[in-house]
Amino acid sequence: MWRKASLSPLFWLMCIFFLNRQEDKAMTQFLQQLVNGLSLGSIYALIALGYTMVYGIIKLINFAHGDIYMLGAFVAFYATRYFQLNFFLALIIAMVFCGVLGVFIERIAYKPLRHATRITALITAMGVSYILEYGTQFFAGSDVKTFPEGLLGNLNLEFWGIRISAQQILIFTITIVLMLALTYIVNRTKMGRAMRAVSVDEKAAQLMGISVDRTISFTFLLGSLLAGAAGVLVGVYYNSINPLMGMTPGLKAFIAAVFGGIGVIPGAMIGGLSIGIAETLVIAYGSSLYKDAIVYVILILILIIKPAGLLGKNVKEKV
Amino acid sequence: MLKRYFSKENICWIALAAGAFTLITLMMNVGVLGSYHQITLYNICINIILAVSLNLIIGICGQFSLGHAGFMCIGAYSAAIVVRSMGNMMGFGLGILVGLIISSIAALIVSIPTLRLRGDYLAIATLGFAEIIRIAVLNMDITNGAAGLTGIPKLTTWPLLFVLMVISVVIVTNFGRSRQGRACISVREDEIASEAMGINTTRYKTTAFVVGAMLASVAGALYACNFYVIKPDLFTFNKSIDILVMVVFGGMGSITGSVIAAVFIGILNTALQSFASLRMIIYGVVLVAIMIFRPSGLLGTKEFTFSALLNRRKKEKVKK
Repeated sequence: MWRKASLSPLFWLMCIFFLNRQEDKAMTQFLQQLVNGLSLGSIYALIALGYTMVYGIIKLINFAHGDIYMLGAFVAFYATRYFQLNFFLALIIAMVFCGVLGVFIERIAYKPLRHATRITALITAMGVSYILEYGTQFFAGSDVKTFPEGLLGNLNLEFWGIRISAQQILIFTITIVLMLALTYIVNRTKMGRAMRAVSVDEKAAQLMGISVDRTISFTFLLGSLLAGAAGVLVGVYYNSINPLMGMTPGLKAFIAAVFGGIGVIPGAMIGGLSIGIAETLVIAYGSSLYKDAIVYVILILILIIKPAGLLGKNVKEKV
Repeated sequence: MLKRYFSKENICWIALAAGAFTLITLMMNVGVLGSYHQITLYNICINIILAVSLNLIIGICGQFSLGHAGFMCIGAYSAAIVVRSMGNMMGFGLGILVGLIISSIAALIVSIPTLRLRGDYLAIATLGFAEIIRIAVLNMDITNGAAGLTGIPKLTTWPLLFVLMVISVVIVTNFGRSRQGRACISVREDEIASEAMGINTTRYKTTAFVVGAMLASVAGALYACNFYVIKPDLFTFNKSIDILVMVVFGGMGSITGSVIAAVFIGILNTALQSFASLRMIIYGVVLVAIMIFRPSGLLGTKEFTFSALLNRRKKEKVKK
């Protein structure tokens, strides 16, 4: 699984490297964009993981997921600005807050609809998303907030002309650590096995003595933890947050999950990174106005060509 | 033949429409409805067209579309562009026509690949298309980018708006009762079963989608020629959700429900105008609450019809 996940960006890198060896300057710029794309993509990947896990287990597009990511950023903002906590403490608080919130939302809004039609659940998720977005706007105000300066220092590393900032290194490390932890939990622990079992067949899992409710809550917890972390990272990276910031990244992360094959965890990682890179390259070489369009074009193309996604399996519909 | 068209219930409907029209016109002329209320009224009428046309796609055909604002956007921009160079009623008609043509082509292009998808995938794909339309509008010269078009002559008059609204409600209702409409309903109830019965599901889904999109473009044209200014910001995902809320609130599949919901939400919007974010929170709570406690909406798939009313009377008479 890990080999697959790490292969995609590396492969891209090498391809381009051999193609463009002559043009050194263009090459450096390209690699720089690739690094930027990877850091953006890591954030998408973190959000996409939550989408894909929740979809895998209860077939719900959790529209509110993007807003949980937004709340992660806000919690970290208040923790660092008003309580002067350091970055890592703020990160942990935001993650815990988001995780608990995710479970809470699942219990209140989604649990009564567990066996309703998918569209019903989807509309509910949109309602929850509205409540979170505009609730935050109501209480925190709609103005753009900025994180305190110098939270991480202004360290910039340079390798062969490619600049990597401290924030980017932080994004890479935290993403990798979280993804490793997630992979461990899903593949090696009892709860992870329960998650996989429920996603394959809920009833059979229940008959085997798995508490389905608890497993679903746990899935929401994990997904929301990751979204919270992504929110904090994006807050530090772009240094500005607002209550509606979750909408577009949420959609893009969902598209990333679809791209990689929804329900497949490595797929979400690959999808997130690819979408991030594609978007950054469009900004760098095309027009930033089209950066959102490219993502939707990717979505529609993948839905037409391979609806199951890159790593997804085709499931025949049973009558 | 004539008798069929002028049946008792049809006469009742015509009387209702004419009555409502006269009453509201009178109220406007007398001054009970000031210009502030008139804006609400116009909005409600446009929203009725939008809600009813989305209900055709979601309620009657069971295809979950989140891209209605995109088609509205096409209608609004084509009407605005034509009318700006030809500011009379003929230009308006031409603008609506151009909007209809473009939106039907766009709907065809959208529907052929995406309607193969089901449920939530379709929702996301239509959302993506609507965003692409918006981004295209945002980047074109003829649409003046993010600043939008201003100085659109006000050509949407009250009688025209009312007539077009009634016509769209009639189109959607009759579509629902036609052969195609029944095929669509069977697709909604069970796609595989209806396919097994020999119904060309793709064709009927596409028909419903295209008709809905065209009506939305008419609503967009009316909107553009009523409010002087249009911007790409007006046609975001949120606009699609606004329309969706009306359909869900009224009951997916119930045209009467959509109309009632559009009126109710229109009034609610005006009442809550000064609390914009509170309004959105209320929207959210309403959506969640309806889905949990009454997923079928206000009316479910029930319709208010005069024939039912008349029949009930007849039955009561017979009982006596």
